[in-house]
Amino acid sequence: MAEIIKRKKAMSVSPLKSSQPVGAALAFLGIDRTIPMLHGSQGCTAFGKVYFVRHFREPIPLQTTAMDQVSSVMGADENVVEGLKTMCEKSTPALIGLPTTGLSETQGCDVTMAVKMFRQKYPQYAPIKVVPVTTPDFSGSMESGYAAAVTAMIDVLVPKADEANTKPGKRPRQVNVLASSMLTPGDIEALKEIIELFGLRPVVIPDISDSLDGHLTDDDFNPLTVGGTLVSEFATLGDAIASFSVGASLSKAAKLLHERTGVPAYDFDSLIGLDANDALIMALTEISGQSVPEKIERQRAQLEDAMVDTHFMVGESRIAIAADPDLLNSFAVFLSGMGAEVVTAVTSTTASILKHIPTQEVKIGDLEDLEQTAKRRDSQLLIGNSHCVASAERLNVPLFHAGFPLYDLVGGYQRTWIGYRGARQALFDLANLLLKYGSHEIEPYRSIYSSRPEDLEARNDVRAC
Amino acid sequence: MQQKDIAALLDEPACTHNKKSKSGCAKPKPGASAGGCAFDGAQIALLPIVDVAHIVHGPIACAGSSWDNRGTRSSGPTLYRLGMTTDLTEQDVIMGRGEKRLFHSIKQAVETYNLPAVFVYNTCVPALVGDDVEAICKSAEERWGVPVVSVDAAGFYGTKNLGNRIAGESMVKSVIGSREPTPVPESAYPAGVKKVYNVNLIGEYNIAGEFWHVLPLLDELGLRVLCTLAGDARFNEVQTMHRADVNMMVCSKAMINVARKLQESFGTPWFEGSFYGISDTSKSLRDFAKAIGDSDLTERTEKLIAREEARMKKELDVWRPHLQGKRVLLYTGGVKSWSVISQMQDLGMKVVATGTKKSTEEDKARIRELMGEETKMIDEGNPRALLNTMRDYKADILIAGGRNMYTALKARQPFLDINQEREFGYAGYQGMLELVRQLALTIESPVWEQLRRPAPWAGIERGTGKPLAAEG
Repeated sequence: MAEIIKRKKAMSVSPLKSSQPVGAALAFLGIDRTIPMLHGSQGCTAFGKVYFVRHFREPIPLQTTAMDQVSSVMGADENVVEGLKTMCEKSTPALIGLPTTGLSETQGCDVTMAVKMFRQKYPQYAPIKVVPVTTPDFSGSMESGYAAAVTAMIDVLVPKADEANTKPGKRPRQVNVLASSMLTPGDIEALKEIIELFGLRPVVIPDISDSLDGHLTDDDFNPLTVGGTLVSEFATLGDAIASFSVGASLSKAAKLLHERTGVPAYDFDSLIGLDANDALIMALTEISGQSVPEKIERQRAQLEDAMVDTHFMVGESRIAIAADPDLLNSFAVFLSGMGAEVVTAVTSTTASILKHIPTQEVKIGDLEDLEQTAKRRDSQLLIGNSHCVASAERLNVPLFHAGFPLYDLVGGYQRTWIGYRGARQALFDLANLLLKYGSHEIEPYRSIYSSRPEDLEARNDVRAC
Repeated sequence: MQQKDIAALLDEPACTHNKKSKSGCAKPKPGASAGGCAFDGAQIALLPIVDVAHIVHGPIACAGSSWDNRGTRSSGPTLYRLGMTTDLTEQDVIMGRGEKRLFHSIKQAVETYNLPAVFVYNTCVPALVGDDVEAICKSAEERWGVPVVSVDAAGFYGTKNLGNRIAGESMVKSVIGSREPTPVPESAYPAGVKKVYNVNLIGEYNIAGEFWHVLPLLDELGLRVLCTLAGDARFNEVQTMHRADVNMMVCSKAMINVARKLQESFGTPWFEGSFYGISDTSKSLRDFAKAIGDSDLTERTEKLIAREEARMKKELDVWRPHLQGKRVLLYTGGVKSWSVISQMQDLGMKVVATGTKKSTEEDKARIRELMGEETKMIDEGNPRALLNTMRDYKADILIAGGRNMYTALKARQPFLDINQEREFGYAGYQGMLELVRQLALTIESPVWEQLRRPAPWAGIERGTGKPLAAEG
C-alpha cells in the first residue's frame, strides 16, 4: 500500500509526464487507415509528431486543426469542420481521431457539436468515422489520454448488443483485447501469439503492433496508418467470447465495452512476471477449453529458472522507477516479487492503481523528484524513459530503459516485457546491469608498505592533494 | 616430469592426509570424477600473479576453456587476464613443430608486452609427444634476458591438487630467493608500530578482491605482506618470499609444499589459518603474533581484535533475526567446513549436515566437537545425495561450491556459492557482513514461494476441447 505524495513545488523540472493529446493520438495510431487530428494550434501536432517519430523511427500521420489567434478567440468549430473535410477529401481515411488540446479546451470548444456540423455540411463523408475525445493537456498524462481515446472509440464505434443484434460467444474464438499505453508493439505481438496458441482469435484495440511495429510496405508513402485494428472489427466486439483489458488505466473503457456488449470481461493490471502471466494463461485455458500448450509450459519453466538464477543480483537491489501508473505498477509488482525493493517511485499523474503499488510512497512528480529521492534512498538502478539518461548519469547508476519515449535506443519500441518470455529477458537484462555496475566490487586496497610503482604513485597523488 | 617427482609431490609429509588411513591424494576414478586436472590446478594457483605472461603450451582446449580467470582481482597490471596459448595445430604435432612455436610464442610475448617474466604451462599433448619445454624455456630466457619459468603440469600427471603443488614447486625451484625485498623506511611505519615484520600468505587468491578486506588490518598491525601466493601478486614479490618472518597457509593445503620447503630452506615458521568467519580471522591474526613472538605486537593484535569483534557484533545483530534458527547444509568438500560452521552458529543458525569428502579424521573430530554427534557427514558429493540430505534434514539453504549451485537451484532451494568463481568477497571481518547479507538475501527471497507453487491450471483436466460457448 503506497502513500501518494502530490506535487508540491511550483516548477516541474525535467518532466516525466507526456500530454494527454499525445496519448490519445497514439491510441488512434493503432487503428487501420486512420489519422488523428489534434484540435489545437499547429505546435500541438508538430511536437507530438517529432516525439513519435523519434520513438518509433517511422513516419507518423498526424494532423492539426491549426487554430490561429482569430479562431482561438472567435471559435474554432469551423477549423474542425474544415480539417475533417480536407482529410476526407484528400485521403479517404477509415477513421479520423479528434483529440482536443489545452488550447481548444480552454477556449471552450465543443468537438461533438463541431462533428455534428461537419456531418450536416458534408453528408457524403458519412462512411468515414470520426471519434472526438476530450484530452486537455492540463490534466492527466499520456496514459489517461490514451485511455480516454480508447473509451471514446468504443463509445462511437461499438453498437449496443440489442440494437446491433450481437451476442457474446457468437464468435466463439474471438477475444477482444483492450491494450493500455504501457504495451509496446512488441508486447502486443507477443500477446496475440499467446492467445492464438489457444486456438483463439485476438482483436486488439488499439493494435499498434500492426501499425507501428516498423515494417516496410509496398507503398512508398501513405498519409494514413498502415495496419492496426480494422474499423469494421468494432462492430464484431459484441460477438466475442471474452474481453480482456490490460492495464488498470483501461478499466473505464473495459466497463463501457462490457455494458455495451455483455461480453464477459477479464481485467489484468499487468502482464509482467510469473503471477500476472499465470492469470492470463488460466483465463485463456478456461475460455478456450484447451489445456495449456507445451510451449507455454516450457516458457513458464524457463522463467522460473531465470528467477532462480537472477535472484542473487536482483534480490535486495534498490530500484527507482519513473513511469506512467500502469507501467510503474507492473514493474513494481514484478520486481518486489523478485525480492527487489522499489525505493523510489515517481509517476506522471494520479490513478486509482497507485495506492496498490508495493512501495512505501508514490510521488507524482518529475525527474528532479526522481533524482532527489533516488539519491536519498540510495537507489542502485533506474527504470525509466530516455529522459532519464541524464538523471542516471548524475546519480551514477545504470538506466534500464522502459516507457515512453525511447529515443536513444534503437528498437526500444519493440522491447517485449509481457509473457513468460518477456519477463525472463527483463530479468536477464536487469541482472546483467546490476552485475556490471554492481556495488559489491571491493575497492583495491594499497598497502602502506608497498613499493609497487603504481602504489607509490597513488600515495604521492594523495599527498599532493 | 618424472614419475618419481610426481610421487614425491604426492607424498607430502606435512599434509595430514598422509597420516591415518589415506595416503597422499586419492586417485581419480574413471566415470565418477568431477575435479580438474593437474594443469588446471597449476594454472589456477599461479594465474593470479598479475604482471606475468602466462603461456599455455598445447592445443586450444587447455587455454581455450579456462583463460580469463575473472574471480581473482588485481590492483594494477592486467596482463594475467590475457589468454596466451601456442594453440598447437595437427601439423605442429605431427611435424614436431611445437617446440619452435613455443619458442616464438615466448618471443612474441616478450616483445609485445612489458613484462618481468614469462610462465610456460606444459599440457598433455606436448608432454606426450615429448616437447622439451624445460630446455626451450631455458634457451628463451638466455636469448631475451627475461626469466622464463617452466611449469610442467600436464593434465594426466594427476589431480588439480597435484597441479597446485607442481605450481608451488616451480616457484620454490625457479623464482623464490632470486631477489631481496625493498626495505620499508621507518617513515612508513604507522603510529604505534615499532617494528614491521615480513609475512607471506600462501594459497590466498584474492577472490573478488576479498583480501583487500584483510590487508588493511595487517598493515595496521605492522605486518608487511611480502607476497601473497598468488592473489594480486607481482613476479618480483614472489622472488622475495624467502625473506618472510612467518608464512601463513591460507585455508587450503593446496600449496603446503611451499610452506614446508621454505621452512626447510630458510627456517621460516608457518601456520595454517583462514580469513573466513570472525573467529578464524581473529585466530589467524593471533597466530601471526604468536609465531613472531613480539609482546608489543601481541598486545596491539588483541586490541585490534577486540575492536573489530565489537564492531562486528553490533553490525551482525541487525542480521541475526533474519537468520536465527535457519538450517544449513554445508558442502565445502574440505577443511574449510569448520571455519564456516562456527560462524553460522554464531549467527544462531544450525548446521545440520556437512560435507567431509576431503576432510581428515582430525577435521571430522573437530566437526563433531562443534556440531555434536548427530550431525550428518556427507562423504559423497553427488547432487542426488546433497538434495536428499537437504530434504531429510529440512535444510533452509545449501552453502557449497559453484558446481553444486545449479543443483540446488534446479530443486528450487536457496543456495550460497563459496567457491572461487563467486562474485562476492567474504574474507575478513568485513567479508562476513557480505556473507550474511547474501545468506539473508537468498533465504528470504520471495521467489522460492512462487516457484514451489504449482501452475494454477495444474491438475485440471482439459482436452483440446471446444470453446465454452460452443459447448453451451
